[in-house]
Amino acid sequence: MNTDASLVTRSHEENWLPILELAVEEVFEIMVGCRVKVAEQSEHKPNEEFTAMVGLAGALCGILTVCCDAKTAGEVAKRMLGDTADSQQQVADALGEVCNMIAGNFKNKLAGTDGRCMLSVPTVISGGEYSFHSLAEGTSLEAVLLFEGAPIAVRLQLEH
Amino acid sequence: MDKITALIVDDSSVMRKIVERSLRQAGIELEKVVEASNGAEALAAVQSNKIELILCDINMPVMDGLEFVRQAATIASAKGIPIVMITTEGSETHVVQALTAGARGYIRKPFTPDQVKEHVLPVLGKKP
Repeated sequence: MNTDASLVTRSHEENWLPILELAVEEVFEIMVGCRVKVAEQSEHKPNEEFTAMVGLAGALCGILTVCCDAKTAGEVAKRMLGDTADSQQQVADALGEVCNMIAGNFKNKLAGTDGRCMLSVPTVISGGEYSFHSLAEGTSLEAVLLFEGAPIAVRLQLEH
Repeated sequence: MDKITALIVDDSSVMRKIVERSLRQAGIELEKVVEASNGAEALAAVQSNKIELILCDINMPVMDGLEFVRQAATIASAKGIPIVMITTEGSETHVVQALTAGARGYIRKPFTPDQVKEHVLPVLGKKP
């Protein structure tokens, strides 16, 4: 095992939530054209009708997910594409790209991941009737942010 | 500036549209936009179109962006076409790999139209 992986500073994981929140805020402000606001997780739970996910492998190993309701996913797509975002495929594509950019922006902000953490292409699930099981059963971070008043949950699950 | 034909390579159709919009917002006049969803499609596109600028993602299925840049360097019809990577892979390692393979510029997602202008105009021989 490359000991450099440890310099991804697992001892600093408790400080990663603000970095994750910042990564989300930047992606929404720059690419979606809308500011999102960090919310209390206990007070805002999204209806998870759309789930986008991107896998991480290497120095960071796990999965990042972005969950929101269908209306919010549609609004995100419209913000990115204009009124041409009219199909479920485009909505899924837009949310997948948001997830991909959050994952990339997050890892780029961490010292020590340079070139040693790869991202998968995004996958998007529509519909909320599923159970999520990740083999990455280590650290779990969750940020809930409000997009036009609607909650979006961003979760990062990492293997130890 | 003369109108140009650009090839936009990304597995996300949403991102291809955003890149096209960003090019227009950067003041780059586009005669035609050719789209490809992976490196293999992009290789076919450069052989069947007169492409003057390529914007290319890295993480894509079938053939990734770095492999596309390497293979494009061996194709006569692609030689000399400026390639700018637009990707979430923002590490120094990826930047070096892309530039070594032959890319002329590198833009990290998320990106603003100003960043597109800053990185794309110089490879077209224009001042940003």
